Order: sequence, then structure tokens, then C-alpha cells
Amino acid sequence: MSPVEIKTMRDALIEGVIKKMRNDERIFFLSADMGAPALDKLRCEFKDRFINVGIAEQNLINVSTGLALEGFTVYAYAIAGFLTMRAYEQIRTNLALLSQQRTINVNLVGVGTGISYDLSGPSHHCLEDISIIRTLPNIILCSPSDWFIAEKFVEFSVEVKKPKYIRLDSKPLPRIYGDEAHFDWDQGFFELLEGKDVCIVSTGYATHKALEAAQKMKAAQYEVGLIDVFMLKPTNDASLFDLLKRYKTVITFEESFANKGGLDSLISKILCNKTANIRLKSLGFGDKYIFKSGDRKSLYETNGLGEQAIIKAVIDSK
Amino acid sequence: MKSFEVLKEKARWVRKETLKLHKHAPETRLASSLSDIEIFVVLYYGGILSYDPMNLQWEGRDRFIISKGHGVVSLYPILADLDFFDKEELSKIGTADSFLCVIPDTATPGIETINGSLGHGLGVACGVAKALKRKKSEQRVFVLCGDGELNEGSVWEAIMFASYHKLDNLKLIVDNNKISMLDFQKNILGLEPLEDKFKVFGWQAEITDGHNIEQLYSSLKKLTSVKNGLPGVLIANTLKGKGVTILESDPLCHVKSLKADEIDKILENYE
Repeated sequence: MSPVEIKTMRDALIEGVIKKMRNDERIFFLSADMGAPALDKLRCEFKDRFINVGIAEQNLINVSTGLALEGFTVYAYAIAGFLTMRAYEQIRTNLALLSQQRTINVNLVGVGTGISYDLSGPSHHCLEDISIIRTLPNIILCSPSDWFIAEKFVEFSVEVKKPKYIRLDSKPLPRIYGDEAHFDWDQGFFELLEGKDVCIVSTGYATHKALEAAQKMKAAQYEVGLIDVFMLKPTNDASLFDLLKRYKTVITFEESFANKGGLDSLISKILCNKTANIRLKSLGFGDKYIFKSGDRKSLYETNGLGEQAIIKAVIDSK
Repeated sequence: MKSFEVLKEKARWVRKETLKLHKHAPETRLASSLSDIEIFVVLYYGGILSYDPMNLQWEGRDRFIISKGHGVVSLYPILADLDFFDKEELSKIGTADSFLCVIPDTATPGIETINGSLGHGLGVACGVAKALKRKKSEQRVFVLCGDGELNEGSVWEAIMFASYHKLDNLKLIVDNNKISMLDFQKNILGLEPLEDKFKVFGWQAEITDGHNIEQLYSSLKKLTSVKNGLPGVLIANTLKGKGVTILESDPLCHVKSLKADEIDKILENYE
């Protein structure tokens, strides 16, 4: 592992896009009046290819579609919950549906997934996006756990000319992957820790929490496996199953509503289609919105997802 | 372009063909597809639109987005007549072998986008218009939307975008037939004064009789020739169900289907 450099995913991604825009005149970056320090640089350097559509997520998707139909590569940037939910039908009709017959390279960049806008309260929490985007045919769904994957996504986003949604945490977070990490987008996951009997499968921010818990358990001679899934659609089911079949129990851990079509549903589908007798447990937020104010750590604790709860879930599964 | 007399005869023919299509597929929205016939005829036969049926993605074509998808049935005979697809396809409408849907989609040659879910077309057209400007293309983007469609908030997001970005290559035609599904617009939200609304939003706005070929032609010609930094809208005042008396007076005509014998009778009168 390389030095733990802390950075936001959005700045890493936008810095990558800036480099691409310098060499490729056919890239537009659109924002629904959402900013970032790196975006200040982008909109200053590319005045004619940066468009602030205003606080208008529906039009963000529609204008992006029009540009993409004419062959441009487009990034559409907004707050994750509003991008995916306010403009859901635009995403469905103009990206998912239309891209089955036309080439459309629109990259939806949503910031503030899960409860990363912790103090803003339930209107800004986004616990539904994995489930609702996964259900749409033709859309690629990327869920990075660190800024290094977000940066790597830029190359992929230009090469693969399909609509995509990349869900970014809003908080600066340490890097998980080193320079040596080989990104295989067709594979879509990394085995971070090899364990015995129990394996945690996580995505996005939850991978950081899972990694911390797993390292503490390791110190106590408890070898738990950890797999970080960064491509939630498509995922290489067969090779993921090859890893999971070594375990007796798989615990999915995500900053989404549990049992609602998120990561747990993806893993459940992989396991239920096979004959292996593997138990599955799902860790995520319960079927209610969070009105209690507090920082992320305290919200994890009060919603039964604190570090001790993760460790207990692993030990109980043994 | 063809003479006005030829265009009028085309409109008459399209009206008959639309009724025949409705007879094959009674699910089609007939009344909506009768109010926009002259608009389609002038665009396609009047030399307003640039297109190439043999090269659907030709860069030199004008892009035409039919945002009020339910009004497209009357475009199908025109597309077939112009060889966008085989004329035999028309009689297949409503069958398992047909790509012609009640609401148009990109499986039909000549259709640019997925339409009919209302309120998308103008925003997508803004993106296309912006892209054409970037490519330094002289081509234009035409959008047809219904007056009821203007109830959608996303349309107004696009209306603001178009004028702010000076998209004078964007030409919107409103098929102002004044009725949506349940009632007259004036009893729902009341869009008037529509022309003024567009003007204060920074658009060039014109009004015309949407069934008068000469007026439609000169209005569209005027609208498409100006390059003044303003997006343009033509409000075409039309009659929903135009040409079919029992539809024309009915505020619920949007969902009204005619029976086969009713259609035969109407067609007899057209001969």
C-alpha cells in the first residue's frame, strides 16, 4: 500500500478530466450549479466547454443527451441524490433507453452518496441510488471506495462510449489503492484481504469502515476476508463467485438501505444461482430515513453499523 | 419546394392516410395526429427541413425532434412517402412485425430521439443546438411540442437555457391545439398569453394559423431565416382532431378512438 494521501474523489476525477479536455476538444463538462475546488480550475480554463445549466437537474440530463447525440463526451455533475432522483425519468428515457439504439457517452457524476452529507439531514442523504440505477438497462454503475479509482475512471469513461453513473463520496478520504493496483473494469472488484470462513463485501465509503474493522480483527488473530466491489454494473459474477466460494459466510456492507436492491442484492444473486452453501448477511441502513442530527460516525453507531457491530456480525457468523 | 396547391393536396392525402393508420391501430392518438398535419407537410415538402432518407445520420441534415410523440401518426405516411422506410410498413402498424409504435422511437427511420414522455424534447434539442454551434454547423434543430406539454417544468428549464445560450439555431413549433387529455388548457393551467411568455423569456415568438399552408410556410420561412441570437418559437394555432367533426368539438378527443365503419364513412367523404 502506498502513502495514505487524503483527497476528495470529485477533485481527483475532475483533475483527470481537465487533463483529458486539454487533448480532446470533444469533451463537455456540465454542472447543475455544483462546484468543487478542481472545478474552479476547469471552468476557468475551458470557458466554452463548461456549462452551468443552473439548478436544473432535468435539463442537465437532457442537454447532456443532446450534446452526446452529436458525438461529444459529456460529464454531468450534480449532487448525487438530486441527479439520480430528481432527474430519474430523464436518465431512464434519454440515457438508458436511447443508448440502446444510439451511441451516447454521458457520464453522470454524483457527489454525496450515502450519508456523506451527514449533517445536512435526510433530504441530502442518498441511500437509494445504487438500487434505482442498477435496475436500468444499459447504464454502467461505478462505486469507487477511494479517489484513486475515481481518477482511474476518467480513462475508462472516455474509452467506453456508454452512459455511466459514478457515485462519489463527498468527504476527503484516504487512498486505499497504491500505484501498482491494476484496474480491471471487466472484473470490477478487488480482494483487499484474504480471510477464513467469513468475508465482508463492501462498496464505496463502507470499504473504509470494513477495512478498519478487519485490521483490528486481524490484530486479534481473526482473519476476515474483504472484497471491495467498485463496479456495481456490470460485475463479473463468475470470478466474484470464485472468491466467495472459499467462505462459509458472506457479509455485505454498504451505505445504502439494506435489502432494497443494493450491493446485497447483487451478491445475493451471485450466491443463489450457485449450489455452494454460503450464508449471506446484509449490513446497511434500515427501512427508514434518518432525522437524527450527527456526524457520520455517530449516525453509524445509532443505526447499528458502528465498528463493534461489524466485528460482532463477523464473530457471530463463525 | 412544391407549390402551395401541391402541399394542400399532400395534407389532404396525409389526413386520409392517418385515418387509415388509425383504423389499423385504434390505440393511436388520432386527434393529436390531426392537428399537426400541415406543420409536418410544410416542414417536409415545403423545403424547410433538410434531410436525406438514404443517410439518416447525415451531418448536413436539420435535426427534427418530435417531442409530442403521440402526434406522430400523421408523420408516418410522410416518412414512407419520402422513402425513409418501405410504404408496406404502414399497414403493419400495430402488429408484431412493425417498428411503428403509437409513440415514436428511434427504431423508426427518420426519428431522432425517444419521444412522447413529455418535456424532454426541447432540453435534448438545446444540447444538440449547442453541439451544432460548437461544430460550426449551419444546420438547425426543430422541435415540435404540444401546448399541454408546456405544463412540464423541464420545458421551462430548457426555454431559459436556450435564450441564455443564444441558440438561434433552435426552432420550436408549438402545436397549440388547446386541449390536453382531460380538458381545454384554459381550464387546467391557462397558458395564455403564450406569445408574451416566450418573449419575456428572451425568445423570438410568432403566431400563425397552423392549418393554413401559406401562412405556415411564410412564418416558418421567417423563423428559420433569422439569426439574431434568439431562439425562435412559432405558435401554430390548430384544432385538435382537425378534419373529423366528431373529434373537433370534444374536449376528451385525445383518447377517443374511431370505429372502423366511422373511419370508412369519413374517408368516403374525402374522395
